[in-house]
Amino acid sequence: MSTEPYDAALHAYGDTHGHGSRLGYRIGSLLAIVLTVVPFWLVMSQPGPAPGWTAAAIFALALIQIVVHVVCFLHLDTRSEGGWTLLAFLFTAVIVIITIGGSVWVMFHLNTNMMPMPGGHMGPVR
Amino acid sequence: MSDTLLKTVFGRLTWESFPIHEPILLTTFIVVSLLGLGIVGAVTKFRLWGYLWNEWFTSVDHKKIGIMYVILGVIMLLRGFSDALMMRAQQAVAFGANEGYLPAHHYDQIFTAHGTIMIFFVAIPLVVGIVNFVMPLQIGARDVAFPFLNNLSFWLTVAGAMLVMISLFVGEFARTGWLSYAPLAELAYSPDTGVDYYLWSLQIAGVGTTLSAINMVATIIKMRAPGMTMMKMPVFCWTALCSNVLAIAIFPALTAAFFLLMLDRYVGTNFFTNELGGAPMMYWNMVWIWGHPEVYVLVLPAFGIYSEITATFSGKPLFGYSSMVYATVVITILSYLVWLHHFFTMGAGPTVNSFFGIATMVISIPTGAKIFNWLFTMYKGDIRFELPMQWVVAFMLTFVVGGMTGVLLAIPPADFVFHNSLFLVAHFHNVIIGGVVFALFAGMTYWFPKAFGFKLDEFWGKVAFWGWVIGYWVAWTPIYVVGLMGEPRRVHHFDDTSIQPYFVIAAIGAVIILVGILGFVMSIVMGFVKRKQLADVTGDPWDGRTLEWSTSSPPPAYNFAITPVVHDLDAWYDMKVRGYERPASGFRPIHMPRNTGTGVILAGLALALGFGMVWYMWWLAALSFAGLLVVAVGHTFNFNRDYFIPADEVTRTESKRQHLLQAGA
Repeated sequence: MSTEPYDAALHAYGDTHGHGSRLGYRIGSLLAIVLTVVPFWLVMSQPGPAPGWTAAAIFALALIQIVVHVVCFLHLDTRSEGGWTLLAFLFTAVIVIITIGGSVWVMFHLNTNMMPMPGGHMGPVR
Repeated sequence: MSDTLLKTVFGRLTWESFPIHEPILLTTFIVVSLLGLGIVGAVTKFRLWGYLWNEWFTSVDHKKIGIMYVILGVIMLLRGFSDALMMRAQQAVAFGANEGYLPAHHYDQIFTAHGTIMIFFVAIPLVVGIVNFVMPLQIGARDVAFPFLNNLSFWLTVAGAMLVMISLFVGEFARTGWLSYAPLAELAYSPDTGVDYYLWSLQIAGVGTTLSAINMVATIIKMRAPGMTMMKMPVFCWTALCSNVLAIAIFPALTAAFFLLMLDRYVGTNFFTNELGGAPMMYWNMVWIWGHPEVYVLVLPAFGIYSEITATFSGKPLFGYSSMVYATVVITILSYLVWLHHFFTMGAGPTVNSFFGIATMVISIPTGAKIFNWLFTMYKGDIRFELPMQWVVAFMLTFVVGGMTGVLLAIPPADFVFHNSLFLVAHFHNVIIGGVVFALFAGMTYWFPKAFGFKLDEFWGKVAFWGWVIGYWVAWTPIYVVGLMGEPRRVHHFDDTSIQPYFVIAAIGAVIILVGILGFVMSIVMGFVKRKQLADVTGDPWDGRTLEWSTSSPPPAYNFAITPVVHDLDAWYDMKVRGYERPASGFRPIHMPRNTGTGVILAGLALALGFGMVWYMWWLAALSFAGLLVVAVGHTFNFNRDYFIPADEVTRTESKRQHLLQAGA
């Protein structure tokens, strides 16, 4: 990257992303379909012991789905753009986890120091 | 005309919306319109419209856009500071029986406008402007990665600023504090146009800031000169990178929070209301997820400016470069883990409060490391105590105090006492004035000769310096004191007359700061008058160390005739030591982006969209939104975007400079 001489053509139109192979797209599509069908099946036939388990399973499958899309379709690997793509992805993941996880933690914690409300209403988050 | 027709055309805009019954606003309006007419008249008389349009408004040159950002910031500083003077005057007199000269609803608008303008339309444009101007020069690039986007970002920021200014004379501005807290900002409690003006101006300007941040990150990562690895990049570029990465990550949170509040206000959802499960606290949470890192978006480039100036004026490489870089990166991540310290008192239990309290205290460690790095850079250095360096020393003395009161506020039990007190207000003015504003003045003084080819007038520069530094201390020390006594913020009248002297002193301090601001304006005026004497022909007036000083002042449109090759951290210093010779021949045509007026048009449409939505003129909003789409898509079919500066012209420009250099030497 930076050590290479400045190249106008590369800067204007260049794209150092990998474009993947036909096989990669096939595997990706297959996995994406399976990971979509399974949650539908989980909801429609309720095979799990409790609804909580079903929700957890759907959440886990959704996370795997994200990884499949990112690897197979967006071609995230350690090499593209000299590693910047992976770094940006990881940074985004950290930020999203902090933002969502932190918000959930904070919002559910806000009732701790609240006065009891009439009718059991303890603040807006239920 | 019937009422329905009037309503369809003008929405809720009526003759009552114009504040003709308020003498203060009316006078301001008359003065502003006379000034505006004078400027328009002068520009027309000297036939400058064509020049301004072709050379500046439509320019995609990062240097010109940077300068325009700085001009916007300075103009808005005058507006924001006049708000400050009005508040100080009100608080100095409004004691006991005296109600002061400002009615409460006007005072509330003023403190809201002051905070909003100072952060969004002063600090951000000045920081973005300096990054825009300096960073591409420091990395040896010819422009930013997306030149048109840069122009569009600037004009969107201008559109946001104009919407705030319009609110002064058409309708009114928000009275809900600078972050427009829910549920006060909801339709039930703020039914007028104020909050809508606030939301639309910040949404439009926010798009500009986000696009600009993406642009800067792409530029730093992709366009560094050959040989400039990440760890050979000037510290200012590192801080610009981290600051803009932060901006990209946080602005979506603010946009989302504002968008949900807009839905509440326009279509009657209940995200942040008190009814139907709405969660006003969620608004605070989202807004501060943006708000705290935003502090670092502003202060990191400020730290970069101090680093560059300290190294240059101490005649030494920066002490602990890599620790400086790591400290910057650590602050970038840590700044995400502290937002709750803005609402310790909202109801969270000790687990949450101690986590965020400790995280806040931890942030002072890398920041403290930076202070030591600057001190050690100065240690045994060959210090030239010129104006930029004076700002640095004033910063270190002032900022450390603000940092310490910050750590004090980070302790949750202490914060329960200080929350929403004037102590907090004094603290953040201490770090923002001492940290960011001093850096901006240091930076403007330092890079002014690079931008315009002559230095600022030194005497008036010193007036600006002493005005700001003395004024800051006189204005804010008494506020710390009354804050510690428990006076709350955002109050327009006090019953306890025994504290009046503190507010009178604070008002005197504000007047001293006014002297500083006028001194800065005068240093530009007198610098221009004496530009022959203060001219910089070498391009390197301060004996600089980084690449921007290797080109002429002001730099040619293409920045570098031949892209420099970097071997060392302080690239230009290294070139000077090794006896660098300017190339005299062998120039090649240079590929450059072409100017375009699309940015101005899009921003104008965005302004119309915002105005239409604020006043419920749905036809205007719909038309301008459609216009935005058509122009934006239409611009993608414009393939006439670049041109080549012929090799002859480059040779001519460069040999002209060679003559100047020899004449000067």
